[in-house]
Amino acid sequence: MNALTIGSQAWRPALTIVGLSVMRGGRPILNEISTAFAEGTITAVVGPSGVGKTTLMNVLNGLVAPQAGRVAVAGLGGLGEPGVLREMRRRTAMVFQDHALIGRLPAIDNVLLGLADTRHPLSLLPWPRAARERAALALADVGLLSRATARTDTLSGGERQRVGIARALVRAPRLILGDEPFASVDPVLARRLGGELRRLVVRDGLTAVLVLHQLQLARVLADRIVGLSGGRVAFDGPAGAFDAEAEAAIFSAPAPNGDRVLSPDNS
Amino acid sequence: MSASLSLNVAAILEDGRRRTRRTLLGTAMGVAVILSAFIYAGAFDLGRYVDAVPTIWRLACDAMPPDFSRWHAWGRPLLETLSMSVAGTVAGALVALPLAALAARNFVHTPFIGEPVRLFLNVLRSIPGLIWGVIFVAAVGFGPLPGILALATHTTGMLGKFFAETIEHVETGPGDALRAHGVSRLGVLRFSILPQVLPRLVDVSVYRWEHNLRAATTLGAVGAGGLGLEIVTAFHLFEYREASALILVLLALVTLINVVGATVRRRFLGSVAG
Repeated sequence: MNALTIGSQAWRPALTIVGLSVMRGGRPILNEISTAFAEGTITAVVGPSGVGKTTLMNVLNGLVAPQAGRVAVAGLGGLGEPGVLREMRRRTAMVFQDHALIGRLPAIDNVLLGLADTRHPLSLLPWPRAARERAALALADVGLLSRATARTDTLSGGERQRVGIARALVRAPRLILGDEPFASVDPVLARRLGGELRRLVVRDGLTAVLVLHQLQLARVLADRIVGLSGGRVAFDGPAGAFDAEAEAAIFSAPAPNGDRVLSPDNS
Repeated sequence: MSASLSLNVAAILEDGRRRTRRTLLGTAMGVAVILSAFIYAGAFDLGRYVDAVPTIWRLACDAMPPDFSRWHAWGRPLLETLSMSVAGTVAGALVALPLAALAARNFVHTPFIGEPVRLFLNVLRSIPGLIWGVIFVAAVGFGPLPGILALATHTTGMLGKFFAETIEHVETGPGDALRAHGVSRLGVLRFSILPQVLPRLVDVSVYRWEHNLRAATTLGAVGAGGLGLEIVTAFHLFEYREASALILVLLALVTLINVVGATVRRRFLGSVAG
């Protein structure tokens, strides 16, 4: 495995993708993608709508099986090999675009679902005290402890997103996958939550791969940026090198379904 | 550009006209089927209605005023009917839940399990509760027990299908989140699907309980005990006044259960707003 360079430093890749192709409904979504995500860093995945950013995330977390190519996890092996996916998932936390929360449960119960893999599905026991404490601390981390007992569907979009982030943090993950984790929070809060994430990544040496819609945030938050265009990697380099020219190249290319994307989506 | 655009618009309009024609044709066929069903069943045979009103009137007069003099003997059959409905509903719902999970197409993807389970639920549902009553009376003898078994069997068939459909309409996001974290299929059922569908399951089960209370009464007619047996016996002895009193008691019980059921359902569904 080759080392990645960001600035002058060399990093060990936590995840390596080689020749990844995904078809959906007979249409190629991702076309022989190769890249790597460095340990202890934040990588932003950017690109126009429909380019396959979410699909890439779902390949990484094992929800979508690729037609070709390989995803290798450092120290474990390829995702297709037996046992690797399970171990990879155990140390991974995922933040979803649409929150993926259960509306009628209190916020803290949704956070506890981040620990569902530690419980037997048929256990009738209530959540152990230690787990509830971890969930409460995770909610405190995102500044939502005061709403812990509120029904999740009574929370605002931004608050729900923070519950989704707390559900990821409660797992104490090694790898954080985020599909537009800050899509429904205002820019100020996005900066704050991003800064919080950055702090955890640095402190615990985590790896984060985030699909980001807001390019400004991607530039500030990420160490590296991977730009997808037309199902291929069009930019792969340090965030500082992602200039206006690189941005224009990614967002003006034809989308895979043939419709032209007229304006860059960089709110 | 504009030529191809107007061509595309024309194609979409043509598609709309085709849809309208199809809807009209479908409606006409539906009306024809329904009308012929009425005719075939003799619903338009007006001569048959001539005697109906006087007969019903005579029966009503014979049943007035209701005779409550044997009320002290009704306590036991009343409790029998009530407990039959509760036990039959709960037993049916408990068996229905795992079967529904197996029958839900989004939970078990292989048709080799789903199809047989759906067929099995279909069979349970297709055989009327009264027939199940006859079968279980023959199998375990008279009394409330065959009533419970008959109610539970038919309830499993109906609730199983309904639970499965509810599970199929569940939001997949929370389950995907769990799967991405390595939670097993059973764990997804327990931690994502069940919490989401629970209010619907309770709602339908309570509704089914109300239905089962009335069904428990008719089951009395085939020997499953309870209030139904009392009513049928009164009819057979031409004690129409006692029968009408019993029917009033049944009506009061059903109304009471409806109120209780509505309260339970409001508690579970009421705070969904937001």
